[in-house]
Amino acid sequence: MKMIKNILSQTGRSIIDLVNFSGYTILVFASSVYYMKHAFRSRREIARQMFNAGVRTFAVISIVAMFTGMILALQGGVELAEFHMQDSIGNLVIATLSREMAPFTAAIILIAAVGSAMAAEVGTMKVSEEIDALEIMSISPIRFLVMPRVVALTLVMPIATIYTNVLGCIGGAIVARSHLNISYDVFYMHVLDSLHFKSVYVGLLKSVVFGMAISSICCAQGLRAENGALGVGKATRDSVVKSFLVILITGYFITEFFFRHGL
Amino acid sequence: MIELRNIHKSFNGVCVLNGITLTVEKGETFVIIGSSGTGKTVTIRHIAGLVEPDSGEVLIDSVRMNGADRATRETLRKKMGVVFQSGALINWMTVVDNIRLPLVENRIFDPEEIERVVDEKLRLMQLSDARDKMPSDISGGMKKRASLARVLVRNPEIILYDEPTSGLDPVMSNRINELILKMKRDFNVTSVVVTHDMESAFRVADRIAVLYNGKIIQCDEPDAIRNSDHPVVQQFIRGDLVGPIEIQ
Repeated sequence: MKMIKNILSQTGRSIIDLVNFSGYTILVFASSVYYMKHAFRSRREIARQMFNAGVRTFAVISIVAMFTGMILALQGGVELAEFHMQDSIGNLVIATLSREMAPFTAAIILIAAVGSAMAAEVGTMKVSEEIDALEIMSISPIRFLVMPRVVALTLVMPIATIYTNVLGCIGGAIVARSHLNISYDVFYMHVLDSLHFKSVYVGLLKSVVFGMAISSICCAQGLRAENGALGVGKATRDSVVKSFLVILITGYFITEFFFRHGL
Repeated sequence: MIELRNIHKSFNGVCVLNGITLTVEKGETFVIIGSSGTGKTVTIRHIAGLVEPDSGEVLIDSVRMNGADRATRETLRKKMGVVFQSGALINWMTVVDNIRLPLVENRIFDPEEIERVVDEKLRLMQLSDARDKMPSDISGGMKKRASLARVLVRNPEIILYDEPTSGLDPVMSNRINELILKMKRDFNVTSVVVTHDMESAFRVADRIAVLYNGKIIQCDEPDAIRNSDHPVVQQFIRGDLVGPIEIQ
């Protein structure tokens, strides 16, 4: 009986914590949107954050995007070859990338490389009283720290997504040529054939939503860090897990909303 | 003037402040001493409005800080600065950028005036040579002086010091003590200093409050505290191992 009571109280506490944190994250995001009127003033910090998010993850995004396209072409090509339809591998690669894989892959990389660093940086500032110092100086931590990060990641995510699409197609084309004997011309003809406007804008919309969600969640986790280095570690880990779950669930619902009735 | 009226505060069911009442007069240097974990830092965090009391009132120049709206809080905070224990410098900004920060972000003064004020404070704190260094490249004492310079550029009427001499060598501690005295002498600043460095406390204080188990057990002038017959006060200032203070 006692064990059931403990499980129930633990579950209840977890649900309350989740609702509490979700509300806090929404407030952090809403405040960031409010402070976007100061974005020009914070342009140097936004540029610094964009550099961190974009340029510093350039190599890893390139490798992951290229191999994602290569894997798609290889796995899809083997199956399509069974039906003598391997010429259509270009359609499969671009449809998968533009609608789902490119924004998702870019988001995963940015969560791991940038979001976790944001949570750790803001969390360290919180536990070392730098956030308190900002408040005492009448400087809003949301305007000074969170807004530039939200703007930067929201701008970088679509760029990273387009880049992933392009590199993924190149990777797919290389595998199609070398393993399936499909010429680059045929591959790209099929790519262009399946490159629907709706797929592109929904993919980009996803990337924008992911950028906002990742930056808000990671900064909110950082702002709630406590208990020194241990707390910063926990905030960083939680920011990665929560961001990952949120982009997965949000991604599904965006797909459901836009593609329920097909293209 | 700073007034704390019957402040109670608990964290996770543990009572930290149990009815603190104190008044700090304008231009006074008020020192709070006590063992680690007795609530000294929590007390100045209440004054700065960084912590809300469970009950009681925090008044700055007769305006209530706790429960105040954002605008009132900002107005009150414009009067004060806090020198945090770690310095709390923004770690990705140089010393000069840190000192410039409150002026730039709050758009106080034009750019030339900002540079003039910042240079003046750097000279006052003898930090001109360290102006372009990162916080990670300077010593603890320099961090505290940079933190004080960042406070001073806003010309505060009240400065709250959290353990200003902790972790510093005796010479640097004395330098910080001199700066606290200089603030009072030259700028008539009201100071609240939280410390367990007794030498520093007796040197800078106009009055000293001794905090024990969440309560102020004695508040008096330095000489009266030094000659106090309260066993807890005597054990604390002498650092005796045996006495009524429970080591937790």
